Order: sequence, then structure tokens, then C-alpha cells
Amino acid sequence: MTAAVIAAGLGKRYRDHWALRDCSLEIPEGRVAALVGPNGAGKTTLLHMLTGLLRPTAGQVSVLGRTPGEDPGLLPHIGFVAQDVPVYRSFTVAEHLEFGRRMNKRWDGDLARARVERAGIALDQRAGSLSGGERAQVALALALAKRPDLLLLDEPLASLDPLARREFLQALMEGVVEGGHTVVLSSHLIADLERVCDHLIVLSASRTQVAGEIEDLLASHRILTGPRREVGRVAGVATIVQETHTDRQTTLFARTSGSIHDPAWSVQEVGLEELVLAYLGQPNATALPRPRLANTGTEVSR
Amino acid sequence: MIQFRLDARSGVSTYLQIVHQVRHAVRLGMLRPGDQLPTVKEVVGSLAINPNTVLKAYRELEHDGLVEGRPGVGTFVRDSVGGPPPSNHAALRRGLDRWLHAAFAAGLDVEDVRALFETSMQDLREEGVA
Repeated sequence: MTAAVIAAGLGKRYRDHWALRDCSLEIPEGRVAALVGPNGAGKTTLLHMLTGLLRPTAGQVSVLGRTPGEDPGLLPHIGFVAQDVPVYRSFTVAEHLEFGRRMNKRWDGDLARARVERAGIALDQRAGSLSGGERAQVALALALAKRPDLLLLDEPLASLDPLARREFLQALMEGVVEGGHTVVLSSHLIADLERVCDHLIVLSASRTQVAGEIEDLLASHRILTGPRREVGRVAGVATIVQETHTDRQTTLFARTSGSIHDPAWSVQEVGLEELVLAYLGQPNATALPRPRLANTGTEVSR
Repeated sequence: MIQFRLDARSGVSTYLQIVHQVRHAVRLGMLRPGDQLPTVKEVVGSLAINPNTVLKAYRELEHDGLVEGRPGVGTFVRDSVGGPPPSNHAALRRGLDRWLHAAFAAGLDVEDVRALFETSMQDLREEGVA
């Protein structure tokens, strides 16, 4: 399996503040990866380092086998929709498409027009008069028309109403079927991501806390409930992520290493939102694979 | 052509919901041998779900022998698939409706009916009928 993105010990520091720290992850090609975490966790910083807009202070990053910021050949292969979907307000939609054509070698103008029309947007409309949902659709059409191998979307859903969110995700998934891109999508609307994404990265307090295939993560976590007790070792449990007690009952959110047969516990499957919230609630708990790039741990001086 | 719908509260994973809905449609005769399933692009375009989820569901249905993928064309219900004949099906359905009317008239509620159904199913399974 080839990785579209590999990061090892990646960090970005501004004076004495780390915006992102010790970030190691690997996103296989063809995945739709959710990048989630509270505001200020470093999601935007990570996306900007993947595009090469920001240079890392520490660690290494490889995108489509190249080093962002050093290899100009990388940019044509990346589609990036920045937060707040910047558009030129006085330009028409058609002028945006023309701008895209002139700026990009691998430009698919038919695809861009077809997508904009399918979203019911008139080409002669000025970008400033578009609704939030329409603006997002235009930005997505522009990014997809580049025919990128990697599509990075920074909080594309944040300002959209539920209908526009759904339409955006429908258009995005159709685009993925047509183009086979790897997608990294940052958001804090976990419920919207559950059906769309197959890979998860949780950033919190500027570190990677969870990374992996969503299916594997859900299969390897369980909620155990039983009569209140002191919890020692439970057969089949690798780590207890979260432990809560009432006067009668003990509840564990656990990462498992096998089946749990102890009849004293009633075992339930977990959802994506539960999993993310359990980890975010316990900042010291992690669920990470081993990184492939050697983490030197030394800072890169620039 | 059938259209899938997802129940977010069912707790059943998305790919299994698709598998169940195809099986259900075949059983009820809404999908017949030779019929095409919606393409992956059509499904993700209407449900806003990950394409791999649809592929996984279709692979499982293919593995079960219910459908076959024709490369570059689509996924089709296999010829060998046959549910009960529709006439027989309708008669059974009328019998069930009559039974349900009788059960509700006797004062049972939905929960009672389900419990009774489950108990009978259990007995039939033990007898090796179901």
C-alpha cells in the first residue's frame, strides 16, 4: 500500500508556542481522511505544511513522495480549499474558471463547468452574491478541475447549513469516484464525517492522538459496563481510555486486544463520535500506528 | 432500479444497511434477475457516503452469489436468483395481515406481536424448519 501522506515527528513552532507538535501519521492513497480536533489543535497548521505554505520547524513530511515547499513539481498535484472558501467577490463564476484555466496546466474546464451547473449556479453570477453553500461548491469545482491526486479541504462544512453540507459531501464523493483522489478533510462536525471518511486523524493540544482506518479503530474499541468495582486487568482489554463510576456502575471505554468474554461486563460497540470524544476527553491516551519514516527527533534549522 | 436510504439511528453499519436493502428488494421481487444495482457514483451522489462503503457492500453481495459485477458495466442481480413466486408471496402476505388484525383485535400491542413472532421463530429453528 502506497502512502499519499507520511509525517514523522512533524512540528511547527512560533516563538515559544508549538502550533503542532510530534505529529506522526500515514494516510494511504485513495483514502478519505477526517482530520478532527478542537479549535487550535493544529489542523490548519498541518494542512498548510502539507501544501508547503508553511515550513516545518521539526520532523519530516512527505506528500505524494515529494517534500512540500521544496519540490515545485508537487503543487499541480494538490487541490486545496482553504478555510472560509476565499473567492474574488467582484469576479463572476466564469471568470474564476478562466483564472483556474490560466493558472493550471492540468485543467479540466468541462469538469469545472459541469460541476458548477449541476449545483445550479449560473456562470455569469458574481462570487460576492453566492450563498455560502454555492461558494463552497464553486471552490470544490475549482479544486477538482485541477485533477489533483491529493485534495485538502480545511473546514469546508463549518459555515454551511445542513442541506448545503449534504450537497457539498455528495458532490465531493462523486468527485472521488470520478477522480480517485486521496482526500484530507478537516472538520469538527464528526457526525457528518462518519459516513464519508474511512480514515481518522485526531489532533488535540497540537499533538496526534489517534490515527488509523476508521473500521479498524471502531472494531478495536468497546464500551464495557458492569457493577461498580475497582478495575484491575480485564482479559481482552489492551488499554482503558476512559473510566467512569457511579455509586452502582462502572463504565470503561477501552481499546481491546481480543474478545471480552468476562460475563461480569456487558460489552457494546462504539460509534465514531463516541470514540473521538472519549480520546479528546483523555488527552494523554493515544491510539497510533508505528510511523514509517524515522523520527530523528531533532529540529530542522532553517 | 432501487434507491437506498440510510437509517442513522439503527446502529447498523452503512455497508450492512445496503446489503440488507438489496437482499430485501430481491426477496420482495423489486429487484429481478438481470436488474442493475445503482452505480457506485449514483449511490455516493445521493447518500453522500464513502465509495468504498458501497464497494464493500457490493463485494459481499457478490460473494453471497446474489449479484455479479461486470467490469466497466455495473453490478447486476444474477439469473440464478429466484425468490418465492409472486402469487404465493401475496397469499402468504394476506394470511399474515389477517393474523395481525386478529392479534391487534385481541388487544396485543406491537411489542407483544414481536415477542410472539420471535418465540415462534425460535421454536421453528429448534425444530429445524426455519
